[in-house]
Amino acid sequence: MKKYRALFRIRFINALQYRAAAVAGMTTQFAWGFMEIFAFAAFYRVSRAAFPMTFSQTVSYIWMQQAFLALFMMWFWENDIADAVVSGGIAYEMVRPLDLYSRWFCQVAANRLARALLRCAPILIVAFLVPEPYRMSLPPDLTQLFLFLLSTALSLGVVVSFSLLIYISLFYMLSPMGVRIIVAVFSDFLAGAIVPLPFFPESLRALVEMLPFAAMQNMPLRIYSGNIAGADAWQGIALQLFWLAALLLAGRFAMDRALKKVIVQGG
Amino acid sequence: MRLYLKFFSLHLKSQMQYKTSFFLTALGQFLGAFTSFLGIYFMFMRFHTLEDFSFGQALLCFAVILMAYTMAEMLGRGFDLFPQMLGNGEFDRALVRPMNIVFQVLAAKMDFSRFGRLMQAILVFCYAIPNSGVVWTGDKILTLCLMVTCGSLVFFGLFLVYAAFSFFTVEGLEFMNVFTDGGREFGRYPFSVYGKNILRFLTFVIPLALFQYYPLLYLLDREQSVLYMLLPLVALLFLLPCYAFFRLGLRRYKSTGS
Repeated sequence: MKKYRALFRIRFINALQYRAAAVAGMTTQFAWGFMEIFAFAAFYRVSRAAFPMTFSQTVSYIWMQQAFLALFMMWFWENDIADAVVSGGIAYEMVRPLDLYSRWFCQVAANRLARALLRCAPILIVAFLVPEPYRMSLPPDLTQLFLFLLSTALSLGVVVSFSLLIYISLFYMLSPMGVRIIVAVFSDFLAGAIVPLPFFPESLRALVEMLPFAAMQNMPLRIYSGNIAGADAWQGIALQLFWLAALLLAGRFAMDRALKKVIVQGG
Repeated sequence: MRLYLKFFSLHLKSQMQYKTSFFLTALGQFLGAFTSFLGIYFMFMRFHTLEDFSFGQALLCFAVILMAYTMAEMLGRGFDLFPQMLGNGEFDRALVRPMNIVFQVLAAKMDFSRFGRLMQAILVFCYAIPNSGVVWTGDKILTLCLMVTCGSLVFFGLFLVYAAFSFFTVEGLEFMNVFTDGGREFGRYPFSVYGKNILRFLTFVIPLALFQYYPLLYLLDREQSVLYMLLPLVALLFLLPCYAFFRLGLRRYKSTGS
């Protein structure tokens, strides 16, 4: 356990180095958040009745999404890992006395967490200060806040274990770019990155809410904004637990099989 | 120009060497644009109109922006890799060649996998052109062509600015994405929906609205003046400061020496 903690720390400190990039990223995310909110506001003016969340819930959803972008978005890929598999550098990893799956898991999770922590504070502060209809609100009560934190942790787990499945698939096919883009596009869409799930058409929504993607950003963001509360929130967290366990098992299984068969070219 | 076409076919051939990878990436690009489209579709299924624009009319905006952006990106991809080019000294080699610098940067890289997104734009056009309620006469068709071509030139100018920034700093270039990627993403709705200030900014500072929102009003017969039809051409003035900025950076350029 200790070595994974050390690994986590190294990655974390490493990711904290890129501060200028973080500042630029934050400016982008501010602008992005505002534009998103303005677009939803325009639809809100068309019809309040057709709006499936309250407006302040939508605003909180978007600000939290922008603040924790690095935690949830599937399109942040770890180029190190893909390069190691494709170039054969993976051989070095395999002789180390570390379990490869856990190692990758730590690496990806630490990078995402560091990026998110570095960026979230300024965005959150400004989101709490902007004038009224666009201001982010606190979660309704403390339990809800606690549920949000729990759900965020689970959501990170689901995102990481899902992306590990993709890395493992690189052992079988060596065309890393294409598959990754396709998977990222779909999972981000189904996780509510483009349009929150409540805005989906009813029939589709019932199905999408069962998928592992709904256990990603959809759950914590909606719990924070108060769109999902009480028993529904617990149910959502149970769904997240289920998918996390399923993805972890599938990932370990696939990794074992891949490593049994992998042949690294010498030279 | 002949030389450019030569490079064009060179890049095309080299990317065709890895067919699976190429088509998967193109498919990814297509799907990326497709989920944006689905987002718009879901919103309009629920709300039916936005301000006073219908689904077909919003799609017209979406397709114009998408196509303009993608064409600029396909040919201007060299600018995207410009920071690396400065970093690894490749740029010094370009400087000593007797050929226009911008040309060389452009010819260094072209990315055809973006044609996936172009396909999406064309498909959306196929739906939007008959369903937007526009009466298509000669001048309307001309307006649409102007919107797309001038639009892609404006995006091209933005890529040039991005490259020019990398003369001054290698870090923090991400903020330019607000205008490039952001322009593409948020141009899916007419820019007026974001409020007066944003519209003003996109008219006078970064002229994205000049080839999207204003000519759209002309297409929909909400503005009769020919001025609205020709505004995309006015947007081209934006290229002047972009190029000037690039020249400024170029004059200040000192090689890393590596």
